[in-house]
Amino acid sequence: MESIILQLLNGLDKGSAYALIALGLTLIFGTLGVVNFAHGALFMMGAFIAVTLNMLLGISFEVEDPTRTDFLGNVMMVDTPYVVHWFGESFGNFLIDWSVPISVVVAIPVMALIGVAMERGLIRFFYKRPHADQILVTFGLAIVLQEIIKAFYGANPIPTPAPDAFVGSFDVGRILGFDAFAIMYPYWRLVYFFFAAVIIGLVFAFLQFTTFGMVVRAGMADRETVGLLGIDIDKRFVTMFAIAAIVAGLAGVMYTPILSPNYHMGMDFLVLSFVVVVVGGMGSLPGAVAAGFLLGILQSFASMTWIIELIPGINQVVIYLVAIVILLTRPRGLMGRKGVMEE
Amino acid sequence: MFGLNAKDARLYIIVLALLLFAPFLLNPFPEGSGLAQFNAGYPDMMQRLVIFGLFAVGFNILFGLTGYLSFGHAAFLGVGSYAGVWMFKLLTMNVIPALIISTLVAGLFSLLIGYISLRRSGIYFSILTLAFAQMCYSLAYSVLTPITGGETGLQLSLDDPRILGVQQTAQGNIPVPNLFGLPMNAATTLDVGAWSFTFSVGYYFAAFVFACAFYFTIRLFRSPFGLMLRAVKSNQSRMSYTGLNARPYTLAAFVISGMFAGLAGGLLVSMDPLAGAERMLWTASGEVVLMTILGGVGTLIGPILGAGVITYLEAIVSTINSTVLHNWFEALPDGLENFLVNIIYPFVGSGWHLTLGLVFVIVVCFLPGGIVEGGKRIGGLFTRKNKSSDSVKADSAAQPGPGE
Repeated sequence: MESIILQLLNGLDKGSAYALIALGLTLIFGTLGVVNFAHGALFMMGAFIAVTLNMLLGISFEVEDPTRTDFLGNVMMVDTPYVVHWFGESFGNFLIDWSVPISVVVAIPVMALIGVAMERGLIRFFYKRPHADQILVTFGLAIVLQEIIKAFYGANPIPTPAPDAFVGSFDVGRILGFDAFAIMYPYWRLVYFFFAAVIIGLVFAFLQFTTFGMVVRAGMADRETVGLLGIDIDKRFVTMFAIAAIVAGLAGVMYTPILSPNYHMGMDFLVLSFVVVVVGGMGSLPGAVAAGFLLGILQSFASMTWIIELIPGINQVVIYLVAIVILLTRPRGLMGRKGVMEE
Repeated sequence: MFGLNAKDARLYIIVLALLLFAPFLLNPFPEGSGLAQFNAGYPDMMQRLVIFGLFAVGFNILFGLTGYLSFGHAAFLGVGSYAGVWMFKLLTMNVIPALIISTLVAGLFSLLIGYISLRRSGIYFSILTLAFAQMCYSLAYSVLTPITGGETGLQLSLDDPRILGVQQTAQGNIPVPNLFGLPMNAATTLDVGAWSFTFSVGYYFAAFVFACAFYFTIRLFRSPFGLMLRAVKSNQSRMSYTGLNARPYTLAAFVISGMFAGLAGGLLVSMDPLAGAERMLWTASGEVVLMTILGGVGTLIGPILGAGVITYLEAIVSTINSTVLHNWFEALPDGLENFLVNIIYPFVGSGWHLTLGLVFVIVVCFLPGGIVEGGKRIGGLFTRKNKSSDSVKADSAAQPGPGE
């Protein structure tokens, strides 16, 4: 029982990441009809915004520390970050410590800008082109983005720690009435899950309760009729693309303490997120979220030792297997509408 | 000639001549000159050119004719190269059985994957093939390590059985792949003045295989079967209204192109008997898509041109480093020199993939028809200016691809 709950929890954080990326993919696909292979790159860029901010806050210079001397009796030089110098000891260190959550604030405008630039600069020329062309151009864009990041940050993963307050694990077992220390779950992963839930809730609320969202939903259901009603759906595209970019970016920012970002993390997550979208159903937002969590949890269950011993390698391929079975038996996905993307 | 019409025969003879004289044509710069690094006439490079040409030609049979965009074709190349190395390990170092087995094994794999993937079309097909390829890749890296060698790759060793051949040479080395005793890495060098041309057995063998496969491709493009495949691309539902089931045709195309990929993989290990899982990575699949697009989808010559350009650029661009760049711009003032070097540097050397991605985006945006279409457009410009004399030239430049 303990191990089942533990695997369930382990699946949640990965599932949250899948769900967030798949949500953005579905938003872009549902509104714009574009298959975006560069969406993983947006996730990766978000992670590197956190890395950049962490580095920027850590920039330091040397100051003399009169209280300490080296063995020759000279005053020692101590590295002091500029933020500490400017804002004082406590607030400066607080900023450095909380760099990842602060990055969320920075990432929103930056990702929106990147999203708008991508849509206006490239994607909008491909609305009328065949899906194969869209796949290819966004695939090329993904390579370009990832190589730019590699040129600036190198090929090695860059560890970016979570705030000290969230280091360590949370004893889930004791709350649920099991033995102490039976189920330990890192705080940050819990934070990530709640963060993802909030973001997903916000996106759904935005689509559900605003006029803008209503138009977007109508456009996803039947673009032609919306056009006939005199609404210029094309104008909403930029906003939707920016929102999808923000969602992917935030997913990346918050994921940095869980997985040290490297330049190809976007690609790794993208392939799986596509599978998630397909399983959930192309163009279905609840489907994408549900399938994201479902597959994340499934993957973590498949990583249990006795299952791996039973079927070696199952943890590597379980998601793909599920996707294959779903596509063959229920091609529209779990919650998809019939006939989407069949041509 | 050989069942080809005049236009195709002309194209085929041109390709044959290019293959035959490649050691001369690709070595235009004398040894020791500053431009010698742009020479591509060394065996390793020429082998890669024809092998990836073969891979792209095979991919084009599927993507160019039927319009099904497979994003997992590198898996077949990887499977083919594993099968080839296993033949070297178990049976003999002769390349013929290795090539046959690589092709067959890749064919079997593509039959299985194609049978499942082709039940869906469009974007779903791309994602399914991608999922299968990623599955093969992660399995090859993890569970199948006894078969694939995992991260180190599958290598030959001295204690392999090789029941029909020798376990080790008289000197105690691992024997090299050969064609009935003719080693693949044997080469003769011809020195003419400052130029030095290398003729290697491996290259000419690969070129021979390529020539056979290309002949097969031309025949396939012109056959009723090829016409069926084009019908699938242009309108599948109309085809089924006429009472034809498209799936056997697409499956056949998928298997043929998978076998081409397996053959290419077998040739790769025949030149260098080492197979690794990174050949199955989805960026490798993306690269063959790019080759086909860059050359011209659905044309005969396009994939060859595309594969040539990409393979050549990859080899040349990745060898350029900052020292080379500084040498180039030596004549310029220092500030300008450093400026130019800093601008260009991210795109060369290890930054080759950045260039690749940019080429990818630019080609898809501005030249969806690839080099062949570009050539036609340029040819068109000349024809308009000087109709009588240049029209013949433009016709021969524009390849006899399908009239799309």
